Amino acid sequence: MRKVLAHQLVWPVLALVVLLVINVVATPSFFDVRMQDGHLFGSLVDVLRNSAPVLLVALGMTLVIATRGIDLSVGAIAAIAGAVACTYIVGSDEGAAGTAIVASTTALGVCVLLGLWNGFLVAVLGIQPIIATLVLMVAGRGLAMLVTDGQITTVNNELFSDLASGFVLTLPVAMLVALLVFGLTALVTRRTALGMLIEAVGINPEASRLAGVRACTIIWTVYVFAALCAGLAGLIIAANTNSVNANSLGLWIELDAILAVVIGGTSLAGGRFSLTGTLVGALFITTLEKTIPNIGIPSEANYLFKAVVVVAVCLVQSPQARAALRVRRPAPLVAKAAVS
Amino acid sequence: MSTATVPVAGVSAWDRVRGFRPPSRYLPVLATFALFVGLFGVGGLRYEGFADPQVFLSLLLDNAFLIVLAVGMTFVILTGGIDLSVGSVVALSTMIAAKTLDMGWSPYLAMASVLVVGAVLGTLMGLLIHYFDIQPFVATLAGMFLARGLTYLISVESISISDSTFSQVAFSTITLPGGYYTTWTVVVALVAVAVAAYVLARTRFGRTVYAIGGSESSAMLMGLRVAAVKVGVYTISGFCAALGGLLFAFYTLSGNSLHAVGMELDAIAAVVIGGTLLTGGRGLVVGSMLGVLVLGTIQTFISFDGTLSSWWTRITIGLLVLVFVVIQRVMTRRQS
Repeated sequence: MRKVLAHQLVWPVLALVVLLVINVVATPSFFDVRMQDGHLFGSLVDVLRNSAPVLLVALGMTLVIATRGIDLSVGAIAAIAGAVACTYIVGSDEGAAGTAIVASTTALGVCVLLGLWNGFLVAVLGIQPIIATLVLMVAGRGLAMLVTDGQITTVNNELFSDLASGFVLTLPVAMLVALLVFGLTALVTRRTALGMLIEAVGINPEASRLAGVRACTIIWTVYVFAALCAGLAGLIIAANTNSVNANSLGLWIELDAILAVVIGGTSLAGGRFSLTGTLVGALFITTLEKTIPNIGIPSEANYLFKAVVVVAVCLVQSPQARAALRVRRPAPLVAKAAVS
Repeated sequence: MSTATVPVAGVSAWDRVRGFRPPSRYLPVLATFALFVGLFGVGGLRYEGFADPQVFLSLLLDNAFLIVLAVGMTFVILTGGIDLSVGSVVALSTMIAAKTLDMGWSPYLAMASVLVVGAVLGTLMGLLIHYFDIQPFVATLAGMFLARGLTYLISVESISISDSTFSQVAFSTITLPGGYYTTWTVVVALVAVAVAAYVLARTRFGRTVYAIGGSESSAMLMGLRVAAVKVGVYTISGFCAALGGLLFAFYTLSGNSLHAVGMELDAIAAVVIGGTLLTGGRGLVVGSMLGVLVLGTIQTFISFDGTLSSWWTRITIGLLVLVFVVIQRVMTRRQS
């Protein structure tokens, strides 16, 4: 039992369970999943489907944070990806399946370039990650507007919208894509040395360099990966509404992603990371967003609850707060002993 | 200044002017000033009516709230921290002002409550950052969510401000010699800059801010009051954000939960362009004001041009931040 409690995922999973219980109490039909038109349908499936963009962005963010970095530009990159894809689809044969594939590939290619740019600033020029990615965060939405010419571009392409609202084998495509990326990331980082090298760079960049780890390449890789994930998330968000609004697509998704990573137990100080934790964190955030309107609070107020979660999680992780609690806990025992 | 005081035999005045090197800590601010003058000069040459002093005054008028935000942000960044919450606090301030006036509070009570809420929020973040060792980025992120969430909780809809005191302050102008005019909000912003410059340069608190930015552990070992000052800068930033929010409320005469989205980025960009080192310890509050003016000039430029679209503002700001960050990086690398 103690071993189970000591596992780092216990608290995030417990928090998720508590949220689900609150939902069931509020709406008893919350767990109902039924078949309709040949695919699964229900609140839980919605949560899974809606969590795809945050999960994708958070996966990239996990690796970046593990190298002691942070990527603030992912929201802007998502907007650029959506803008590039939609503009391309509108510009050529709009309904064709091939168009959607070429558009998505082009968008992801642009994202790789943007990731290379972030990586260049951080790894080569040695600028603090928060500032280096701030540049793209500020300029990125401007670039996306430049691509869409400031318009809300609407597209009409079946294959493209399937990316968000389609179903394969009764399961939503968006969720499958996110889980696929999750699986691949877990495989590559945990079954090869890459994960260990990333952790090494995050724990002590200087020592890992002396040990022969090519920190520069690794940092570059994680920023490209983060940008790629963000691009994929941007495509899913754009496909969900069949349109792109460069101003609002993926707004604040970087903050949600960072929150997911923090909830999952990955320390912002770099080093050890947990992909499963990030998965739980992303599910937690999406469930939270669903819970707020469910219990009768305006859905916009979810920021308030996110703030409470951030502070709670940080306090739980903070050694100072733990020390303060630890000193206080044995105190009653001593008092009891003195009385008896 | 000191180089030009005592005349030395055999050195002509021109030699002294030519040999004058401004102290290196003023260099970034001078660069920003040159950039501002240059931008304004180019605008004056290209567009008719750009070089009019009233354009400059409007620049101050339209950006008064941002100047106040940048002042608070400068304190935080000088200690090596960052404050992401200021945009949301601006929105919260406009909302509190609008709601309390709507409920029939006296305008002075409304203003006071806005300022108190801002300062308390800032203090709370400062306490989290200092005593629980939570990164400034994360703690102020929580503050950002909290303030935005509170704003939505007060009202999802926009509330307009119709109080007579507020509209009086918003619309009354000060006529300057030559027929030019400005508003009280500009005066408030300039006073904020002056007070901040004095505090940073001439008080123990201000010097400790620089010391913490240089090296926190050294400052601690020197016996400086690190805890009080570190929490204090976030209080100041929160207060400035609330004050900026009030100015924004005067400017827009409404409280809206969608006000000031992303304004923290503008404030950070202004501070960076103003020459403050993002790692802390170096920078001047006057630079941040110049940074805001540069941002404002770019906007004026684009509105004067008419053919350029508004999104070029963001792209240009991003580029400017990049240039200044890279220059900072090169300069600090050379020194170390």
